[in-house]
Amino acid sequence: MEEKYLKHKYDPIIPSKNEWPVVKLARERKEFVKKVSDLAEERILNLTDKNPDILKEELETTLYREKLRIKQNPWVVDPDDEGSFWGEVKDSLLQISTAAGNTKKKKLEGYQSILNKITSRYAEEIASNFKHTHYKFTRSVVTYGFSRLLNAARVKGFKSIFSNQYTLQDKIQITGETDQLRDLATKGTVVMVPTHFSNLDSILIGWIISVLGLPPFIYGAGLNLFNISIFAYFMNSLGAYKVDRRKKNLVYLETLKTYSKEAIQFGCHSLFFPGGTRSRSGMIESKLKLGLLSTAIEAQRANFQNGLDDISGKIFIVPVTINYHFVLEAPSLIRDHLSITGQERYYKENDEFSNSYKISKFLLKFFTKGSDISVSVGKAMDVLGNYVDENGDSLDKKGRKIHTRDYFLSEGKITVDNQREEEYTNMLGKRIVEEFHKINRVFSSHLVAFTAFEMIKSSNRKLDLFDLIRLPEEDISIPYEAFKTNCMRVLDRINVLTANGKINMAPHLHNDMDTIIKHGLDNVGMYHAKRPLIMDSKGDIVTEDMSLLYFYHNRLTGYGLEKLF
Amino acid sequence: MDSKNSSEPQLKWIGVIGVGSFGTAIANMLAEKNPVMVYARKEEVVQEINTNHTAQGKKMNPQIIGTHNPEEICKACDILFMMISSSGFQDVAKTFAPYLHPYHLVIHGTKGLCLNLGKGETLDSVQKIQRSQILTMSEVIMQETVVVRVGCLAGPNLSKELIKGQPAATVIASKYNEVILEGQSLLRSEKFQVYGNSDIIGVELSGVLKNIIAIASGALAGLELGENAKGLLISRGMVEMVHLSNALGGSVKSVIGLAGIGDLVTTCNSVDSRNFTVGFRLAKGETLDQILADMEEVAEGINTIRVIKAFLETADLRAPITEYLYRVLFEEFDIKEALQFLMKYPFNVDIDFV
Repeated sequence: MEEKYLKHKYDPIIPSKNEWPVVKLARERKEFVKKVSDLAEERILNLTDKNPDILKEELETTLYREKLRIKQNPWVVDPDDEGSFWGEVKDSLLQISTAAGNTKKKKLEGYQSILNKITSRYAEEIASNFKHTHYKFTRSVVTYGFSRLLNAARVKGFKSIFSNQYTLQDKIQITGETDQLRDLATKGTVVMVPTHFSNLDSILIGWIISVLGLPPFIYGAGLNLFNISIFAYFMNSLGAYKVDRRKKNLVYLETLKTYSKEAIQFGCHSLFFPGGTRSRSGMIESKLKLGLLSTAIEAQRANFQNGLDDISGKIFIVPVTINYHFVLEAPSLIRDHLSITGQERYYKENDEFSNSYKISKFLLKFFTKGSDISVSVGKAMDVLGNYVDENGDSLDKKGRKIHTRDYFLSEGKITVDNQREEEYTNMLGKRIVEEFHKINRVFSSHLVAFTAFEMIKSSNRKLDLFDLIRLPEEDISIPYEAFKTNCMRVLDRINVLTANGKINMAPHLHNDMDTIIKHGLDNVGMYHAKRPLIMDSKGDIVTEDMSLLYFYHNRLTGYGLEKLF
Repeated sequence: MDSKNSSEPQLKWIGVIGVGSFGTAIANMLAEKNPVMVYARKEEVVQEINTNHTAQGKKMNPQIIGTHNPEEICKACDILFMMISSSGFQDVAKTFAPYLHPYHLVIHGTKGLCLNLGKGETLDSVQKIQRSQILTMSEVIMQETVVVRVGCLAGPNLSKELIKGQPAATVIASKYNEVILEGQSLLRSEKFQVYGNSDIIGVELSGVLKNIIAIASGALAGLELGENAKGLLISRGMVEMVHLSNALGGSVKSVIGLAGIGDLVTTCNSVDSRNFTVGFRLAKGETLDQILADMEEVAEGINTIRVIKAFLETADLRAPITEYLYRVLFEEFDIKEALQFLMKYPFNVDIDFV
């Protein structure tokens, strides 16, 4: 049973690059940055009630935290003038507070000008540096380079370098509501929210967006990625703006949110990884970071306030899941996860993608040995999580047309109510998680990892998770027949879930069980030095690394499948 | 746009769905400040309201207009109070769903639970239920309609006393400050205080669970066991409510507030309470069927006991008062014997939840 994957390349929905929102934004970069910085300033003034004392406190906190960050956690990407900038801020703050006879109004003006300096700096730092020539180059490198590699590896012989038999789309399958996505992207503004398991996701999604003929999306990428020059180049060319997770101060967060909101209102399609960071546990994100998500809701409300009631002002949320057999960073991700949940202790981010050599090595392996990736595009929703029809109109559960605008009305008028929008953000977050589970695509490797781990768990009922993971690997062995029976049971249940629209299955799961198990064992975490699951010489199922097995197992949690054991 | 034209002179119509005793009392209170439209399913009741200004014999403010057309009331009112029993709640929500829009605010005053079961399943056929199969009324509204700005009204509010204009207070719970503020401005008066609470599930559950204890309290009164016993029951009942509420997703805080303890004390002392009456008559030797046969309005506690009993089958939790009441109500267990068991039950810790 082979499913037809999307294989042809779509025509670009907006052929002229000058019409791309992201290009327009780049053209107006200077004005845009200024606008963001001014609006952020206004937001903070409102948050502090325009009270000079509260504002001063906020500025001092920001200053203190920034100084601390510069001292304790400096990065390569940090600009050289950071020290002197914050030194100046300190001096100006001191000047205002010591100057005698300053009226309240004068003080406020003084603090406000400092605030503006900071928001301008932040806005400038966050703003993307999209260059069309770079974008074009990157895209062709990714597509061309990858497909050369692929053909060289699959079709034997020297000439195969120039063969076109295999393309990238043979390795990366795109399924789901792609037509709807293309269609809505021409009419309104799309916010794509993918699951996040690997640093590769950013590039992968960027490539998919271009295959689907969509203009580039802007997205917030962790500033840490810009430390690595090869990534920095990719990111910049894909329209990424920078998110610095070290900066948790109010001024920065508000500037960041303003940037995102204004860009959406500008009509730029955006991409958020709503989990905020890669899923450490290997589970589908169940708690989302709501900060950036709230900007989509805010932008939608602002569009309505500005009278954009038709589809051109509508914002569509499109969930996407990325499904892997293999996550390069799995060993360190799961280690982080276990150390965080096991005991609260500080941990340092540790990237396998730390140098270009490792990335190239992985890519070479990926293309020569084959490990399929699939990307499922979910149904588009409005910012409240209602599905939309082909005209972009929101529908209630019964299919009745409703107006998204009505969610923002009180007594017939659109009102700004932050607490209400906070709740809406929570609701949207929940809906996205629900959709993630529905469009998640089960691979053979997930099935075998899940079954094996649950079997080991159920034969050691007295152990908690941490003891379980510390079990000596050589003591664990699952007889093949029992394993097969249990895989059958899990698969049966997955079939039922699929029939009810609760999950998706890769077509290779329609083979007979022996083939599925073999496929799963061959693929699960295939490039790790220690394999999560293999078959030993006696034909039994054994593991070389329990925590990795746990990681790959986690992909199928949240469906109640554990109850089978 | 379906949204209403805002240039009209500001007459804010408030809708009340259901004209039972509580619905009527609330409609009258609302009518002191705003024009009110009430919905009743039966045409003759609507006529009674519009001509006699009474609802099933209870006095109604003459300004109140009655209708049996759900579309009309949804069009006229952005804010609706749903005051119907839990047994009819899902149907009414379904009836109203096509006319409700996201701009509507709905506040309900129903102290019961509904079930979220598959087609053809009933409580008798499934026996055991999980939290996901139980719905509070706000969850019913969210499931059946597009309304998200939902609130609930709970507290010691005996209709009889409200109608007399005696002083009282209530809690409006909602995740949305907007809903709480709106409810407060509509209902607050010299004689009626309105508190806000953001834990809507906790407040709903407090109102729901206290009915169980009220039945037990009625039974104690029927057996003429005195005030010490009642004090014992109320305090043990509160502990049971805390644990059940917690297991169902409410916070401890709400149970010890007005909608929990406040309502519990009132209901356990009131001969006017339907739930209390059920317990009282049980203790006097009547059977459940006999009692139900001549009650005008539903005693929510009976259904609640059944639902909670089924929930206890899947939860890792004991709720002795509920369990024994279930046996008395549905398994013909002798009420005096049940009391004996409860007295011997090893509650050795006074308070174990703070």
